[in-house]
Amino acid sequence: MQEKIKYWKGLEELENTPEFVRNSQNEFAEFLPVKDKSSSGKNAEVAPRRDFLKLLGFSVAAATLASCEAPVRKAIPYLNKPEEIEPGIANWYASTYFTDGDYNSILVKTREGRPIKIEGNPLSSLTRGGLSPRGQATVLSLYDTTRLPNPVTKRGEKHIDAEWEQIDQEIRTKLGQVNGKVALVSTTIISPSTKQVIREFGAKYPSFEHFVYDPYSVSGLLKANGGTIPGYDFSKAKTIVSFGADFLGAWLSQVEFAKQYITNRKVTKDNPNMSRHYQFEATLSLTGANADVRVPIKPSEEGVAVAALYNRIAQGTGGQVLNTPAFAQTKQLDAAAKELLANRGAALVVSGSNDVAVQTLVRDINRMLGSEGTTINTAAPIYTKQGDDTQMIRFINEMNAGTVGAVIFYNANPVYNHPLADKVVSGLKKVGVKISFADRIDETAVLADYITPDHHPLESWNDFEPRRGYLSLAQPTISPLFKTRQAQDSLLAWSGNNTSYYDYLRNHWRANFAKGGDFNAAWDKAVHDGVLEGVTSAGQTTTATVAPMTMAAAAVAINQTARNSKGIELAIYQKSSIGSGVEANNPWLQELSDPISRATWDNYLAIPRSLAKEMDIQQNDLIRVTAGNGKTIELPALIQPGQARGTVAIAVGYGRTHAGPVANLVGVNVYPLAATNQNGVLYINSVKLEKTGAEKVIAQTQTHHTIMDRNVVQEASLDAYRKNPKEVTEYIKVATPDGPQSPSKVSLWYDYEYKNHHWGMVIDLNSCIGCGSCVVGCASENNTPIVGKQEVLNRREMFWMRIDRYYSSDTHKDTSNLGTIETYQAMEEPSENPQVIFQPMLCQHCNHAPCETVCPVLATTHSSEGLNQMTYNRCVGTRYCANNCPYKVRRFNWFAYYDNEKFAAQNYQMNSDLGRMVLNPDVTVRARGVIEKCSFCVQRIQAGKLEAKKEKRRPKDGEIVTACAQSCPTNAIIFGDMKDPNSQVSQILRREDGERAFHVLEELNVQPNVTYLTKIRNNNLTTTNA
Amino acid sequence: MISCKSNKLYPFLLTLLLSFFTVFSSFAQGEEASVSKDGVTAGAASGAGDAQVQAGAALFKNNCASCHALNEKLVGPALKDVHKKHPLPWLISWIRNSSKMVQSGDKAAVAIFNEYDKQQMPSFALSDEEITSIVKYIEVESATAATAPTGTPANDQAAPAATDGPGGAGAGDASNYLHVILIALIVILIVMVIVLLIIANLMKDYLRGKKDLDGNDLELVDQRFDFSKVYKSRAVQVIVGLIFVVVLTDIAIEETYGVGLQQGYQPRQPIAFSHKLHAGEHQIDCNYCHTSVYKSRSANIPSANICMNCHSQIKKESPEIRKIYTAIEKNRPIEWVRVHNLPDLAYFNHSQHTKVGGIECQTCHGPIETMDVVYQFSPLTMGWCINCHREQPLNTEGNKYYDNLVKIHDEVNKGAAFTVSSNGGTECSKCHY
Repeated sequence: MQEKIKYWKGLEELENTPEFVRNSQNEFAEFLPVKDKSSSGKNAEVAPRRDFLKLLGFSVAAATLASCEAPVRKAIPYLNKPEEIEPGIANWYASTYFTDGDYNSILVKTREGRPIKIEGNPLSSLTRGGLSPRGQATVLSLYDTTRLPNPVTKRGEKHIDAEWEQIDQEIRTKLGQVNGKVALVSTTIISPSTKQVIREFGAKYPSFEHFVYDPYSVSGLLKANGGTIPGYDFSKAKTIVSFGADFLGAWLSQVEFAKQYITNRKVTKDNPNMSRHYQFEATLSLTGANADVRVPIKPSEEGVAVAALYNRIAQGTGGQVLNTPAFAQTKQLDAAAKELLANRGAALVVSGSNDVAVQTLVRDINRMLGSEGTTINTAAPIYTKQGDDTQMIRFINEMNAGTVGAVIFYNANPVYNHPLADKVVSGLKKVGVKISFADRIDETAVLADYITPDHHPLESWNDFEPRRGYLSLAQPTISPLFKTRQAQDSLLAWSGNNTSYYDYLRNHWRANFAKGGDFNAAWDKAVHDGVLEGVTSAGQTTTATVAPMTMAAAAVAINQTARNSKGIELAIYQKSSIGSGVEANNPWLQELSDPISRATWDNYLAIPRSLAKEMDIQQNDLIRVTAGNGKTIELPALIQPGQARGTVAIAVGYGRTHAGPVANLVGVNVYPLAATNQNGVLYINSVKLEKTGAEKVIAQTQTHHTIMDRNVVQEASLDAYRKNPKEVTEYIKVATPDGPQSPSKVSLWYDYEYKNHHWGMVIDLNSCIGCGSCVVGCASENNTPIVGKQEVLNRREMFWMRIDRYYSSDTHKDTSNLGTIETYQAMEEPSENPQVIFQPMLCQHCNHAPCETVCPVLATTHSSEGLNQMTYNRCVGTRYCANNCPYKVRRFNWFAYYDNEKFAAQNYQMNSDLGRMVLNPDVTVRARGVIEKCSFCVQRIQAGKLEAKKEKRRPKDGEIVTACAQSCPTNAIIFGDMKDPNSQVSQILRREDGERAFHVLEELNVQPNVTYLTKIRNNNLTTTNA
Repeated sequence: MISCKSNKLYPFLLTLLLSFFTVFSSFAQGEEASVSKDGVTAGAASGAGDAQVQAGAALFKNNCASCHALNEKLVGPALKDVHKKHPLPWLISWIRNSSKMVQSGDKAAVAIFNEYDKQQMPSFALSDEEITSIVKYIEVESATAATAPTGTPANDQAAPAATDGPGGAGAGDASNYLHVILIALIVILIVMVIVLLIIANLMKDYLRGKKDLDGNDLELVDQRFDFSKVYKSRAVQVIVGLIFVVVLTDIAIEETYGVGLQQGYQPRQPIAFSHKLHAGEHQIDCNYCHTSVYKSRSANIPSANICMNCHSQIKKESPEIRKIYTAIEKNRPIEWVRVHNLPDLAYFNHSQHTKVGGIECQTCHGPIETMDVVYQFSPLTMGWCINCHREQPLNTEGNKYYDNLVKIHDEVNKGAAFTVSSNGGTECSKCHY
């Protein structure tokens, strides 16, 4: 027998010292004494750590108990209370949001003099109570801690605080002695009075010019249409064909177009008609996601496609046919052409291209279709973008030539957002006097000699004319937070005019827009309403007028573009959240996920799966993108279903360097990659892609792409709906002794009896366009914290409302020939050009809520009005409820997001005195370690009920709405009392019962109070939509 | 081993020590509070019996108080010891018709007239008897004011508990008697025990003196009571320990329930504003100053301009009113100390309770019209809120909001009151969101 080998634990055991023997008896070694190594190497033994902690614990406990006296809190009343302010009661002021071409008439909610929320103004016939995500979020920008608190002068490389009198004097002197042209560079100004101020200012100088450009320009559209944007009216269009125009997104007038678009998209049994929307585009946009028919095309093919459509329409209407290359995807184009011709007078073609040639063809297509006067309101052209690329390029060249003596930047940041930023920087060195009105030291302002910060729009008076004859006013809703001055006042002061801009504005209105009668009364009404419509206005003259292009020239240009395309094409686009990047320092907008990719806090290279496979690129791989103009950037790849083959796309608005701690170095700046020629900027380019080998993870809020054939979202074709509305929605039945039954018939629980109210919500998936307005509205109403990129990556985003986006898949369970596992894997893959469906997802306020039954401390309970209540002060943070929630809508506070340095930069609304002013004082800021979730805006319900009780009546329908329902520009979300048989919610539920109304995960029988309506698509190309 | 034991013992001792500290400190706090609640009755009690003085007091309040106070100059002079300055007949004729006296050239009358900017005191058609009673009242008041330390209410830390009322005071007296009796009894008992011990010892000594004792007696004489045995006994140790733990736990629980409770909290305010004077004596409506109490969540602490509605005319020279003037001049708002502090997690709306619920301010704020310095009357705990919501019938009268609800309720629970909670008023989201 082989002798067993003995292993020693160590030399100690081998030697078997007495010490070792003693220690081996002791399972647990004695605590190591803590040695203070720093104390001059003496190895001085200090108090053992645990004892120290024990002591500490006791003394803390003792101290807390002993100091249980609450701290003295002060109650500080007004010294002289303004008449209109009652503490605790909100005041509303009508105003206007116009930034970056996005126009919204707004109502500003102020509490104790602080704006805390913005909602749409229903009196405006343009935006009709809707509000874009950026409009919602601007209230937070007001309290941006990065704003300049006073004017500054640049001395060397330093910015020195200055006084207004001193800086005014210096600027006046310098402008008086200026040698060369005085230039004012701005983005689009739609304020008639401001334009008048600028004209007056310019008249003081022998050589003055006002240059207008837009960061994301539509100057091609302007040039093709005589300097203004045609007054598109989507509400009159039965057939809409869009070539890369993201009209529901950031293209021109997001909310206005969404309101118009949706009027023809709501279907009922009695009116089963809807418009049909064709979208030809490179990257999957918000608009493309809503289209009935979407065709991915390369940017260079856009002109060809438009020309092909032009030829078909020309043939149909007896016009001249152009000689342009053939377009490959004829099936959809033929269908579109056929339908456009069938719907003459109710047809609309739009294009997002910045190429004059393409836009000229589009203009003529619309003319041939008789759109002018019907789907294009010729009396009310759109003014929200007026920038002229050619002019701006001329300005940059003039600066470099040294003929510009002074430049004033107003809402303009070309060093960041112009493709020729390098030349702007080099040109600025040759300009003697550089002044910026920027509210912060941005990329351009940092090079200026003087920064005279403008007020935030919520602190200013102003007027706007977004469309001819539609006027709108902005009024201050808070007295200026800082020592800033409105730009118009500065210009007036420098031109030696002593009137304030407010008086100037009033005088301008008195002179130009008074309809006769008492002007003061009319003015007061306009200020109160925020809008004045039906005004005979001279219109706005824009500089972008050029001689119209001839058809032949256009055809030549299009042929040229098509020929020039080679390699991979880059499409540069705008996200509806960040836009051109002006408000990038707004954390609500950064954390609002992209409607399609669901990515936050970054831009990325959207590439089609085919290209990713070809180049072996995985999601998050850092890719080096080299554009045709030699500019290079590196950014992570995101595999984007629906991205046209051979193309990639990158969003502008990121990569700011001087915007503030939220936006700085988030993503990369893609403006320099845009191609420029003598005519302007084209937001396309050919690029080369290289893998860097590195990785940068994109924070997406949703990584699951398809619904795997579950009934979570439901959709049907319009044909099926017309045939039998009762068959468009699949209802799940469970087996019972009495045959298949609806799950609600089989229940373990007793039903609640609602005597007073029963709050409910209906979400029409057919109307939801996925814009994200509700998400920002909810964040603003309910004080949800912003967590930043890392926490989004950790799946800890805190928005109560999310919009789930699902792609369709080519593989289906019942039709697949693959094995089970392979089938499921294939079902996870979205199609190459998927259909997209959006589903707003929030707490469903289940009547048989799974969360309520598992809470060990009864922190989540059911109310007698159908609400699933969450009581933060009772919650101990077990998270059982979140685990048991089938909809995954409960959010856990992993950190204290307030007063926490870790989140100070991103979540400044809870971490700075200034930011905290935006918090809704009626809603608790949740502490660390508790669950939170949608409350159905219980504070608004309570306030509405109280108002009714005070007036001794029942609440009226529509009086009590949640923030999300209020913000929705397409009225996809309807909230109301299901107990009230006449409420809109009850009516819809009665109407749609058994047809489109369904509950998500109905088989679980949790009986939600949120009902969804099946999406209907008008996508059968064999029937012509007329 | 020893060191190990001491390690365990140390924190234990520490706990004991700390718990003693907390217990005693809380006792101390309690005592302070109770002290401040006594001491009020003294002023009111003296001379309460005299009917004449009472009549005088009423007359003074109705006729004189708007311009005169005892201790300070208002519109007219302070009236303390006025009976010593002027003889009664002079006072009578002055009160009846001061201008006549001034015109007649009465020296004292002219002096007063000139001193107060030739402002005339209105004539009062009061009988001799009535005027005498007023003077009597002033006499009595002057005397008490002289004995009791004078001062503005804010300086008077002992002011709060005028609220205890006669019932409370009576109960306090009774318990005082009980204490005395108890202490007396204990003293008597101790004396008796000592006496008995002495007697027993004497008897023992006597027995020892005797030689012929039998076994039983001897045992009795030799018996020694060994105290050390008692406290070394395990049973006693355990019992004492248990009692200690139980008492300590009880106190700890009591105290923890009281943590953060501020009932009776009566901070000193920057300006000695008296609700007793304004709301009590002058009967100014609460809503006059607390402008949004029927409209808003917050009742609104009045801004200085509301004070100035009256005080631009009245009592302009008072040092307390001067503070408001100073605040306005310096453009710095007055920093009142908040008395009623609800935690941030609880939403409370005044208008819901006042306008809709029809609840009196006093229901929660106590007899505010008798408070010189406001203190927190109610505990403002959740239990207190909920209790009221359970018991309080809803104010549904004439409110169409409730009509149908009342009908449904009455059909189901005949007779039971339609309380706040039967309308869902105890659900979490009514106050927490």
